[in-house]
Amino acid sequence: MKDTVKNLKTVTKPIMKKDAMSLVTGKPVYMDDVVPDNCLIVKVLRSQHANAMVEEVNKKAASMVPGVVGIYTWEDVPQERFTMAGQTYPEPSPYDRLILDKHVRYVGDPVAIVAGENEKAVDKALKLLKVKYEVLEPLLDFRKAKDNEILVHPEDNWKSLCPVGADNKRNLCASEKTSHGDVEKVLSECDVVLERTYHTKANQQAMMETFRTYCYMDTYGRLNILSSTQIVFHVRRIVSNALGIPKSKIRVSKPRIGGGFGAKQTVVAEVFPAFVTWVTGRPSKMIFTREESQIASTPRHEMEMTVRIGANKDGKIRAIDLYTLSNTGAYGEHGPTTVGLSGHKSIPLYNVEAFRFDYDVVYTNVMSAGAYRGYGATQGIFALETAVNELAAKLNIDPMKIREMNMVHEGDIMYAYYGEKSNSCALDRCLARVKEMIDWDNKYPCRDMGNGKVRSVGVAMAMQGSSISNLDVGSATLKVNDDGFYTLIIGAADMGTGCDTILAQIAAEVLECDVDNIAVLGADTDASPYDSGSYASSTTYLTGKATYDAAMKLREKIIELGAEMMGEDKEKCEFDGSKVFYPESGKDVSMVDIGTKSMLNNNITMELTESCSSPVSPPPFMAAAVEVEVDKETGTVDVLDYAAVVDCGTPINENLARVQTEGGIGQGIGMALFEEVQYTEEGRMMNNSFMQYKLPARVDYGKIRVEFESSYEPTGPYGAKSIGEIVIDTPCPAITDAVYNATGLFIREMPITPEKIVMGLIENEN
Amino acid sequence: MIITVNINGKNVTEDIEADLILLDFLRKHGCYSVKRGCETSNCGLCTVLMDEKPVLSCSMLAAKADGKNIMTLEGLQKEAEEFGTFVANQGAEQCGFCNPGFIMNVIAMFREYENPTDEEIKEYLAGNLCRCSGYEGQMRAIKKFMAERKGAK
Ligand code: FES
Ligand code: FES
Repeated sequence: MKDTVKNLKTVTKPIMKKDAMSLVTGKPVYMDDVVPDNCLIVKVLRSQHANAMVEEVNKKAASMVPGVVGIYTWEDVPQERFTMAGQTYPEPSPYDRLILDKHVRYVGDPVAIVAGENEKAVDKALKLLKVKYEVLEPLLDFRKAKDNEILVHPEDNWKSLCPVGADNKRNLCASEKTSHGDVEKVLSECDVVLERTYHTKANQQAMMETFRTYCYMDTYGRLNILSSTQIVFHVRRIVSNALGIPKSKIRVSKPRIGGGFGAKQTVVAEVFPAFVTWVTGRPSKMIFTREESQIASTPRHEMEMTVRIGANKDGKIRAIDLYTLSNTGAYGEHGPTTVGLSGHKSIPLYNVEAFRFDYDVVYTNVMSAGAYRGYGATQGIFALETAVNELAAKLNIDPMKIREMNMVHEGDIMYAYYGEKSNSCALDRCLARVKEMIDWDNKYPCRDMGNGKVRSVGVAMAMQGSSISNLDVGSATLKVNDDGFYTLIIGAADMGTGCDTILAQIAAEVLECDVDNIAVLGADTDASPYDSGSYASSTTYLTGKATYDAAMKLREKIIELGAEMMGEDKEKCEFDGSKVFYPESGKDVSMVDIGTKSMLNNNITMELTESCSSPVSPPPFMAAAVEVEVDKETGTVDVLDYAAVVDCGTPINENLARVQTEGGIGQGIGMALFEEVQYTEEGRMMNNSFMQYKLPARVDYGKIRVEFESSYEPTGPYGAKSIGEIVIDTPCPAITDAVYNATGLFIREMPITPEKIVMGLIENEN
Repeated sequence: MIITVNINGKNVTEDIEADLILLDFLRKHGCYSVKRGCETSNCGLCTVLMDEKPVLSCSMLAAKADGKNIMTLEGLQKEAEEFGTFVANQGAEQCGFCNPGFIMNVIAMFREYENPTDEEIKEYLAGNLCRCSGYEGQMRAIKKFMAERKGAK
């Protein structure tokens, strides 16, 4: 296997992204750079109350503002509920949204849409709109949400399409119980059983380009949507549901995207300008302010996780029992699915005799949560990895050692991971390598630096998936052009990750040509083959597989046409990337000539599409070790050195895999040390800007060092698995472990603020 | 009010509204590289040079640029390409949305410092946020760029 990888010419190479030079020279390639000036400006008026009924919207003064074209309230929009979650139909997320609703459920919920000729007019109209609310008591504590008498969704037309255990009359967005073996029995036999509760807050994806969409009616009377989205095909269905118009009337495409991280896997902005354009027939655009992106999007689900973990004195872990309570906020986008990952992508890191994993997902009156890189696994891995570190501390075992003793290996059956077998797993090598990189044996647990500062190390492991098994569809279309170059057409969305280039590398490898010889087009619902979209760590693995399959089949077509041109038997002809040749006679025909022939008196179709779904979702694995310096007086934690080793299978492009990893770790450090969405007692968000919601800047941490220990995934293209999400999973538990090793404190609620450390130390002294 | 601004070497005279923000004025005049990432002067995406000094165009009135020279990446294509190639060689451009502001500030930094230390680099660019890259690839690009510049001298 390794040899096949070694001989590759394009795959594994650090090839420059196809769009790189446009991006670094600031070319106009994003949505707001390419739309015409004459489009209507669309904005929404947002609720000031966390739970209220809109009794009346007085539009009089607002509609008199010159330049205002339309003001719409709940009475003007369709009354069929839908979900904004970009998921495969039938969506697990409940149909609980309207474009505008009489019942507003969080501070920021839209009350009215205003469209106008220019921004000034629209802003003025927004100020003049008078809304009369019947203010209701909000439900803000997610621990009290289940069966609370305040119902977030009391309406009768709420609906759940899938059996996810949802019940709006109980504030339940989902609920499930799963297990393997007899957890209670095994726990009762253990020498130690630890029970701990962990809490992670909502975090903002905070991609630099806020949500934005442009719409216009085309020559054929169809609604065209150009949006910064990861999911063009899901947008088409969701807008169709929201507006109550046929899907055939909608086309969705995307330009370059200024970051997504899952935020753009939900239809956050699209429905508003789509509605305006559909109603007025005029082009329109909506661009979220940063404040709107903070208060009215779909951040990470807040979760509280209670772990019971049982082990023998020698450190052998025998059973894990996890209960997760997830806060989906006012709407259920991605609520039923994110929570599953908190158990299914944490527990399988360890080989245990028995596990149980139960969860509830509840509605509350805060902004809806959604999809954010890691998708629940990040939360669950923080909880479980910290529990394992607490167990190691209790048993007085090195946290590296307890992992070496218990972790999953290649060939193991992962019962908590739908019983899948781990066919490619280099987690053991990843852990061994980070241990060396951080010089664990010399640094564990800590060194007192004098003047109140302590340096310490911490460790964590992680896993994720590669696409959603038996569900996601990846597709690729490849065609031959004149001069013998190829076009690769995809429905996956490059949001900066480089998938356009990565997929072209796979095609170029199979077709034995240069990456520059593959032009990439994506994503456009009218032109691209169906693809679920870029999420669930699926693109390299699944769309990559489809690209590989399509390229393999296109090779056969090329040989067929070449053989026909030479008048030879195609079975005896070969292709080397530049020509089809007949070894016996030495005859050949060049790829350029084949390209020409494909357009001249030709009956062989030189274009084809391959689609695929996967019965498995092979997990990438990762280990990380961090060195921090804790100031015991001020409680500040400085990340000095973050060593990470990833097994993403074969990295198709090592540069891009590395930068993905560094970026994910950077975000994870933010989550571990300072990022959290905070609300006032009335449910108003406190940190609604980058002033208050602090993102990691380059001065906020020391170095991040990344290496790869690759396994070979037999079902992936050239042995590849995924990398996009797993990379955010380790910082929370690794830094928590390091902080414990410096202070003796396990901080069980993210982020680890200086106050929590100082307060904890004071408490310990008393 | 009527202002005259030199944008990338060309004088532009226009009757503007007093509250027009410089960022919007520049985009209106085709400088699409100038991006907005926040409303609170925290992200650095909107960085341009005003009389050679980096400024945040999101928090400055266009009126303030009256009689000044403004440079955006559109006017610094050669520098952008030169340094940008190093970023691209790391794959550190990622979504690219932060790149123009970041590269503007890198250009400004190299006009001020011949050989900045790591600490000086981090401090100078502290206001340029990037949510994608984790900053390491940007740092590698800067170091390699510096090394090559040194070699060329
Ligand atoms: S747009 Fe964020 S600093 Fe100017
Ligand atoms: S590359 Fe996306 S924000 Fe920097």
